[in-house]
Amino acid sequence: MTRILVLFAALLALIGWSAASDAQEPLRVDVTQGNLDPMPIAVPDFVGASNEALRRGADITRVVANDLASSGLFTPVDQDAFIEDIANIDLRPRFSDWRVINADALLVGSVTIQEDGRLVVGFRLWDTRLEEQLLGLQYRTAPENWRRVAHRLADAVYERLTGETGYFNTRIVYVSEGRGIEGEPIRQLALMDQDGANPSFLTDRSYMALLPNYSPSAQEITYVSFLDGQATTYLYNLETGRQEALFASGGAGAASQVDPDGQSLSARFSPDGSELAVSIETRSGHDIHLFDLQTRNLQRLTQHPADDVEPSFAPDGERIVFSSARGGGSQLYVMNRDGSDVQRITFGSGRYTTPVWSPRGDLIAFTKQVGGQFLLGVVRADGSGIERILYEGYFVDTPAWSPNGRVLLFTRGEARSNGTRYEIWSVDLAGFNLRRLATGGMASDPAWSPLIE
Amino acid sequence: MKIKLFAIAALGAFATACASTPPVDDTPPMRDPDPIVEPDDTGPVDTGPGYQLGSTEHFVEAAGDRVFFGLDRSDLSDEARMTLRRQAAWLASYPGARILVAGNCDERGTREYNLALGARRANAARTYLISQGVDPSRISTTSYGKERPTCTQSSETCWAVNRNSTTTLVGGYTN
Repeated sequence: MTRILVLFAALLALIGWSAASDAQEPLRVDVTQGNLDPMPIAVPDFVGASNEALRRGADITRVVANDLASSGLFTPVDQDAFIEDIANIDLRPRFSDWRVINADALLVGSVTIQEDGRLVVGFRLWDTRLEEQLLGLQYRTAPENWRRVAHRLADAVYERLTGETGYFNTRIVYVSEGRGIEGEPIRQLALMDQDGANPSFLTDRSYMALLPNYSPSAQEITYVSFLDGQATTYLYNLETGRQEALFASGGAGAASQVDPDGQSLSARFSPDGSELAVSIETRSGHDIHLFDLQTRNLQRLTQHPADDVEPSFAPDGERIVFSSARGGGSQLYVMNRDGSDVQRITFGSGRYTTPVWSPRGDLIAFTKQVGGQFLLGVVRADGSGIERILYEGYFVDTPAWSPNGRVLLFTRGEARSNGTRYEIWSVDLAGFNLRRLATGGMASDPAWSPLIE
Repeated sequence: MKIKLFAIAALGAFATACASTPPVDDTPPMRDPDPIVEPDDTGPVDTGPGYQLGSTEHFVEAAGDRVFFGLDRSDLSDEARMTLRRQAAWLASYPGARILVAGNCDERGTREYNLALGARRANAARTYLISQGVDPSRISTTSYGKERPTCTQSSETCWAVNRNSTTTLVGGYTN
């Protein structure tokens, strides 16, 4: 079935979106192509029986419409253009009223506040041309979770219309950057919803925190802390706020090789969450290590005098990509999870860094520095084919995949008279829909959570 | 520190100029013929360096605390070696002093790459200091990557300054 859908999506991409609508085919948005013609969707404010319910309904509508618009695949139709006033979502809409304002899809919903205070949010998604219901669902939740419900609802709509898993019910951990009174650098970890709501700090200003990564359970992160005076890998539990330094020197096995002065860098989780791949400094340079979170066993995977840094697991957990200067300049390499069969996958001029394996497995995102410019690109994981550049600018760093592998977040820097300004931007896999993430102030090092249950 | 010393020297020159006899011309006489403060003996002129021997200022003046690196490089230039030899000589005179060697990078590189490059720079300086007789136990190293630039503008001049390893006294020195 999935194969048929993909085939169908590819076909639609060939004939174009509008042609598909004219031919009275079911609504479908293709996420693989650059979408310059987003699907118009009408999202009237969700109905409700009380003022409170109506207010909450309007809030939810706003969040859903914003989510869908942010993907670049949908355009919410201006509410002022609406003709029909939706009063009851269980009645069939007057489809001609929606077709005439070019709304291909119509999302109607209702909010009910139960006697115990819980919210019931129901919705129906309509194809206005075929006059068919595409989806109808109902969520029941504690009132404070209304944003989560809105994001889940947007994910359900996205999934129904694109055939891809959504990514709106997610969070982003990043580094909030600034300067203190005496000009000292401030690097604090911050957490927010994918759309910028509910921001909070995870660390204080007294030490630098860099390069966070999410665990597959979304309950833990790793990051690089300067709490101990130098870069050290930390594990941070988002539920309890507890954190600990990993890889203390002088332990057993490979840990006995860890120099007390050696730094440990950004650690990425294996797909099952049981292990970390991390670059640790020894006297002979930086090497990739594997750390078992249960047994605390540290295993050295590379032993090259050049720096091997920035490891990232393939989604099957069998291979690891990393960057290394072993060929002269920094390039990308892939190896087995035991360190065997090292293969170089990039060969272009310039410096390749920050490889991150796509959750779909086929692509690796990277930063490339060449001719004074920085590029964000993707390359096939086996190194075949040509690399695709998604963005080029003054500065690029730390790409992070959306959980469905369709969107990348990255640090973007622009030269200003008072120094470089860093912000987090997103771009889709086709290099379209470049958007700034709604962080307050300077921000960098985004880490995208998996879908939150 | 160099700037501070220069400022003091300039101030001295300015004072001397003021004390010298003004040229005879028809400028109006000075407005305040009666000084409020009686002139007093300022004491003997300090011919010393203006800092305590064995202090951080002394180390910076006598040896130099920073050595610079080329773009994307961690090998030592002749000038860097000279500075490090002076650091080693200074450390030989103050055998109680301990140092932290921190590697720094310009901002034109990705974050983790620069943390590794900074470590390489710090280690290059450390290895050379050891070859010049400094006991390894007196040296610790760290890398700040591109996170602690001394110069924050986006210019080649700034970036060159920020590609360095900086030696700081962290113990056993005169405060």
